[in-house]
Amino acid sequence: MGIKIIVCVKQVMDPETPASAFKVDPDSNKVIPAQGIPPVVNGFDENAVEAALRLKDSGDVDKITVISVGNNFVMDVMKKPLSMGADELILVQDESVSDLDAFATATALAKTIEHVGEYDLILCGRQASDWDQAHVAMGVAELLNLPCISLAQKLDVADGGITVQRSLTDGYEVVEAKLPAVVTVSNELGEPRYPNLRGIMQASRKTPTILSPSDLGLDADVLAPKLALTELFIPVSDKKVEIIEGENEADAGRKLALRLREEKLI
Amino acid sequence: MGGILIFGELCPDGLQSITAELLAAARSLSESSGDEVAVALLGSGADAVSQEVISLGADKVYSVQDPLLENMQLEAQLAAIEAVCAQAQPSVVLVGRTHLGRDIGPRLAFRLGVGVAQDCLEVAVDSGTGRLIATRPVYGGNALARFTFPGDGAQIVVLRPKAVEPLMADSSRTGEVVAVQPALDPSIIRARLVETVSQESEGVRLEDAPVVIGGGRGIGGAEAFEMLEELARVMGGAVGASRAVCDAGWIDHSYQIGLTGKTITPDIYITVGISGASQHMAGCSASKNIVAINRDADANIFKAATYGVVGDWKNVLPSFIETVRELINS
Repeated sequence: MGIKIIVCVKQVMDPETPASAFKVDPDSNKVIPAQGIPPVVNGFDENAVEAALRLKDSGDVDKITVISVGNNFVMDVMKKPLSMGADELILVQDESVSDLDAFATATALAKTIEHVGEYDLILCGRQASDWDQAHVAMGVAELLNLPCISLAQKLDVADGGITVQRSLTDGYEVVEAKLPAVVTVSNELGEPRYPNLRGIMQASRKTPTILSPSDLGLDADVLAPKLALTELFIPVSDKKVEIIEGENEADAGRKLALRLREEKLI
Repeated sequence: MGGILIFGELCPDGLQSITAELLAAARSLSESSGDEVAVALLGSGADAVSQEVISLGADKVYSVQDPLLENMQLEAQLAAIEAVCAQAQPSVVLVGRTHLGRDIGPRLAFRLGVGVAQDCLEVAVDSGTGRLIATRPVYGGNALARFTFPGDGAQIVVLRPKAVEPLMADSSRTGEVVAVQPALDPSIIRARLVETVSQESEGVRLEDAPVVIGGGRGIGGAEAFEMLEELARVMGGAVGASRAVCDAGWIDHSYQIGLTGKTITPDIYITVGISGASQHMAGCSASKNIVAINRDADANIFKAATYGVVGDWKNVLPSFIETVRELINS
């Protein structure tokens, strides 16, 4: 009798988008999607899926359900966790649940989790690579009144409890909690596995469940923001680099050192 | 009620610098709003630093005492600051983005049902609405965003360490010290910290190093770090790395510089094979001088660097190190 895991994921703009292709529309305060660069599942959320799959590898897991709240989902992108080995995918999709603040997102995810019903462990990536707040998972925990452990680099489940190694800048903490609990996962856990052909085939045969916000009682009042974006802009830098050249690359290296000595930086 | 409440943090020696930084930010806000500035200090170390906190800008200190506050259990710290908020009813709560604060800020916000802005570089009062405007980096550091707090609830801001300079201590300042005993129930601790394992690397801490040498994907493999370590030794600095290189296993994650990783503020940061992606720049943009060695003339790092060489590090670096060694020894 294994545990049931829910993994919360977010579809985001690809963070590998080159800086030169990153543009903001000042009228709408939105990022203009770069041409030809599809969105991705948030990187840290893939680490969370990987964490779930490692627990499944050790035989502790009955089911991994992946959930997401947003709009304009690209199915190829959102099915990747299924291709990696997760069992089912539930998407809450609507214009009214795109661009939510952390509180509203956490509320929407908490409602979705309650809709799923049975769970022992909720895993999330530590933060989303667009807004970088690291808030939603904690909000889900507070709203569902569950213990919350952030920055997991290692997770072990045994006897109805979880032991987490939390990443510190120099070292780690060991934190224990009883299940059910919410845990956020960091990249120190290790690289997410690549989907294999079998996984991709299995995923292609699965149909995600699509829910609308009204299915979950999510109305405008409940989703009203507590933090509102007023301006989004790309900071302008007037810095101009001084490129040091030489007769060849080795000479350039030498001249660089001499230049830095001139400026008393060495 | 109202006023600004700061989540103060102590350390074995007394007061953490972040608390002084938050006080400076609070006093600046108070100049616009006229709000009283209070600091909550949790645990038995509180009384020893109360006067120092007042001299750094506090009008009031809440000295919060409870046995559960003695061994850094997050849920106890959280319940304690929640109790102070119930008593003080602040309109603004300032927290530092420390290991503890980054979780305390948002979890307090969710418990109070209010908004919270994380990892802020700046906070100011909107003269029209009287509400706060918080500025923070987003999209991995590619952009800056300003946020405000709709409604009239408490506004929680988690400020980036070293974003604000502490004020000079003024020992003539006076303030009130208020004792708070939240009478915490042990059952609130559901995620228990059982052990802390410290893995401090030898030599200068990356966050404090005046010279940092950083390696990125362009160095090609783990062996390249030998040369970077050598340069660091010659210059009396520390070695760091981009996240990609740590994820690839070329070096331990404790060397990671970036948005998720360490923030460095050296006088000189020499980057080798680092493209300068925003997430990395978020961790090193406070460097006084960035020197970039990269094969790609269009690499983003050259937009942030003061000096650069476009070339293969394998050709550039050895003679750079040799020349540096000569200059330092001469």
